[in-house]
Amino acid sequence: MTRAATAAYGTAGRGARPRRRARALLRWSPLAPATVLLLLFLAGPIGYCVYIAFTDMQLTGQESTSFVGLANFRRAFGDPAFLNAVVLTLVFTLVSSILGQNTLGLALAALMRRASRPVRTLTGAVVLTAWVLPEIVAGFLLYTFFERRGTLNAVLEWLHLPTQNWLFTLPILAVSFANVWRGTAFSMLIYSAALAEIPQEVTESAAVDGASGRQRLWHITLPMIRRSIGTNLMLNTLQTLSVFGLIWAMTRGGPGSRSQTLPVFMYDQAFLKSLIGYGTAVALLLLVVGALFSVVYLRLLREEV
Amino acid sequence: MPAPAARPLLTRRARHRLAADAALLAVTAAFAVPLAWLVLSSFDTEANLRVKVPGSPSLDNFSAVLTDEITFTPMLNSLLLCGGATALTVACAALAAYPLSRYRSRFSRPYLLTILFSTCLPITAIMVPVYALFVRVNLIDTLYGTALFLATAQLPFAIWLMKNFMDGIPRVLEEAAWTDGASWFQALWRVILPLMGPGVTVVTIYTFAIMWGNFFVPFLLLLSPEQLPASVSIFTFFGNYGAIAFGQLAAFSILYSTPVVLLYVLISRRLGGGFALGGAVKG
Repeated sequence: MTRAATAAYGTAGRGARPRRRARALLRWSPLAPATVLLLLFLAGPIGYCVYIAFTDMQLTGQESTSFVGLANFRRAFGDPAFLNAVVLTLVFTLVSSILGQNTLGLALAALMRRASRPVRTLTGAVVLTAWVLPEIVAGFLLYTFFERRGTLNAVLEWLHLPTQNWLFTLPILAVSFANVWRGTAFSMLIYSAALAEIPQEVTESAAVDGASGRQRLWHITLPMIRRSIGTNLMLNTLQTLSVFGLIWAMTRGGPGSRSQTLPVFMYDQAFLKSLIGYGTAVALLLLVVGALFSVVYLRLLREEV
Repeated sequence: MPAPAARPLLTRRARHRLAADAALLAVTAAFAVPLAWLVLSSFDTEANLRVKVPGSPSLDNFSAVLTDEITFTPMLNSLLLCGGATALTVACAALAAYPLSRYRSRFSRPYLLTILFSTCLPITAIMVPVYALFVRVNLIDTLYGTALFLATAQLPFAIWLMKNFMDGIPRVLEEAAWTDGASWFQALWRVILPLMGPGVTVVTIYTFAIMWGNFFVPFLLLLSPEQLPASVSIFTFFGNYGAIAFGQLAAFSILYSTPVVLLYVLISRRLGGGFALGGAVKG
């Protein structure tokens, strides 16, 4: 309804306003079921998360829950196990999402534009299958791949290279590679779409002007897809921040706590050590980081829309 | 015949194509190894952790896992859980998308931004308070409670996708229905939803596939073994007795993965590979 029409309606008579309000209510009523669910099961837990994070709630052994202020957060920043989890989360995100999924996805998308059709189809199918498989199945597959008696060592033996117990020596890298295996398809799809939108003439005329492949990539292709790079990095990072099942299936955060990223640490504290309050404080920090990324993502989108 | 015949084979373009093919095949091989383990081991009763061609391929692993306890009950649980939650998500998303797509108001933009914002939140992070909340309101260890949460977690993205699809349906068509005296619900049900059939299919399949693969939510919220969906029950292969039947684990993994793989094939056929990106990236 245009503004003029609304104004005309408003001056129509005394009874118009309540009737209009009722009509607006009716119009927006389809929004109600979704809104109720979102408030109950999404906004509710987030609010509850904020509350519990400031209490000493435990699963067992303690009758009442009391307010402890910032104690959980102070404890977290003084807790070597928490700081360990922060560092591991950073490594996991950097290696698997920013370096791995993003770069490999871009490389695959670029190569696929030049490759022959059968190879392109084959690559697409294999990489997408890895993406589509349920998280836990992917976790088991990569577990068998990296395990001491697994395929990676078999390949290394065959090549006469030294073998290792990967899940013991480099657990965080093993789970990072697993995440690359599983998540690269998403970046590949985004970049394929982005590259397809670059007008052919631009790159061709640059080639005619004598720009080398590397120059074209650096000065033309990358600047033209920079928004896709931004959104892709954002979504990859958010996705990677909340990976739990993959790591759980492969290492359960171990050995010791050497692949214990923040979600695994949170689970460990809240459920295995029964410290709901402390675990929730960690969850809240994770949520805040995620929210910051979301805000940046929204800004990026706004620029694009 | 030397140089002249060889020249067309070595054009710049052909050389680039060859190099790209080689590079892609190398990466593809690396990606394919774990998948090869899955397929080969499922036919190998003596499967271990390595990729190897089965000595005497058989379907024994499949027949071993095709029992009520191992496969049928968890798959049925998955179906009930994800089917119910998907129905709820799609119904609520279709309803919510309607006013967001059709009416302008000062609330719709903030509402949409909030929705978009929550599609990005790491759901993993709120699982601890969700657990605590479910214990308090006695929804813990109930299939419907878990389905309600799964549905809500997927709702923001579903609304966003659905709204974008609905925006593509011209308003003229339902205006005709309105002049004929149809209510908004009739216009939505009889005119818009049938027209956006492919869109609704995509949202449904995508929602279902995401839920089917979800591990953390049922892992936390469901406790009784007889209620566990396949994503959680798969851990029983790492039994309490030490020895893992890898062949059976592979066979079960294939059975559990098949529905989602098929569903993804179905939507990618319909809309090209970038179906999920229409909503998430294009804004």
